[in-house]
Amino acid sequence: MRAQEPAHHHEHQAVPSDPALRVKALESLLVEKGLVDPAALDALIDTYENKVGPRNGARVVARAWVDPAYKQRLLANASRAIGELGYQGMQGEQMLVLENTPKVHNLVVCTLCSCYPWPVLGLPPAWYKSAPYRSRSVIDPRGVLREFGLQLPDDIEVRVWDSTAELRYLVLPERPAGSEKMTEEELAALITRDAMIGVSRVTLAGG
Amino acid sequence: MNGIHDMGGMQDMGPIRYEKNEPVFHQPWEGRVFALNVAAPQGNLDNQRYGIELLPPAEYLRMSYYEKWLARLEGTLVRLGVVTRHEIEDGKAAPDPPLPIPVQVQPRAVTFRRDAGAAPRFEVKHRVRARNINPVGHTRLPRYARGKVGVIVRDHGVFVFPDTNAAFEGEKPQHVYSVRFAARELWGEQASPRDAVYLDMWDDYLERA
Repeated sequence: MRAQEPAHHHEHQAVPSDPALRVKALESLLVEKGLVDPAALDALIDTYENKVGPRNGARVVARAWVDPAYKQRLLANASRAIGELGYQGMQGEQMLVLENTPKVHNLVVCTLCSCYPWPVLGLPPAWYKSAPYRSRSVIDPRGVLREFGLQLPDDIEVRVWDSTAELRYLVLPERPAGSEKMTEEELAALITRDAMIGVSRVTLAGG
Repeated sequence: MNGIHDMGGMQDMGPIRYEKNEPVFHQPWEGRVFALNVAAPQGNLDNQRYGIELLPPAEYLRMSYYEKWLARLEGTLVRLGVVTRHEIEDGKAAPDPPLPIPVQVQPRAVTFRRDAGAAPRFEVKHRVRARNINPVGHTRLPRYARGKVGVIVRDHGVFVFPDTNAAFEGEKPQHVYSVRFAARELWGEQASPRDAVYLDMWDDYLERA
């Protein structure tokens, strides 16, 4: 823990009105100094725009619904079980899966910044990173859930998981009634990002 | 630091603004800022998080998410001596001599789990109190939990300690636990008697209750 004063106020200044120009200038400076490779930047953007997202998590959840042995592995060692489906990487090194039941509802937040399980959900939506969600989820989770249209009865326990360390959380939602005959693929199509954060449930109507 | 980033339990921040079919990046520059933050040498992740916490509070609240990432990236690169503020203003490298890259910003392994470290100080089912500490630097112990009593529900194993790692004062590897705090312990009678908040806490954040 640092004892000295954070010496920052003189180092920072307001971001100018056009961040696009500022980013461009910074990128060319870092490229000129050989600190970043533009092709690597392109690849990172492509990965998180096109390859990694909540469809990955949906496949994990659907597999857990149809394969009890997989579900067991997922709850016991989430990183390894998720890795079985080929999903791994930054911000997914230490995964934990939280199972919703008729008596327990789980909700994930990061009050301090924006921690989120990238390999299974992609990059977080703006609302997840916003002050209203981060501030209120821990003190009024039921109010937050109502805002998302989910009214939970008093006899359901709400567990809020504040991602304060390097563990990353994925909610395993309840499989909806009436989905018994659906295939794994059909089930995956019902599963939304919001249900895997814990702000909604999975319904037959899907996302 | 007791900064604006430590938001858990604050009120009156307004409704949650939900955007349907939200794009990953709203503007191309946001994608570039994201990628630059991942790729550019900025020391360890704890130091990067600390960089966001150094933004002035009013700016922190005003800026969009990726504006914060841009300001953090510029600030961190200057703070660590990778580039100068002057070079950022110019968008090109100073003629010479080039700055040597400081040791602490060299790329390193991203995983924070360590095989060895201090023995665990607590076990599952132990009652613990989050310490009342107010460090000026980086910490992952939110204000709303300090002084509160909870129960250890899981030992996650050994991890790098962010408070020292962020300041390049060593990894100080130690156990991290999942600690369950009853909602009423944190928020009083207004909270539901059934609900709970789980926080991941390092040994150094806890004392026996």
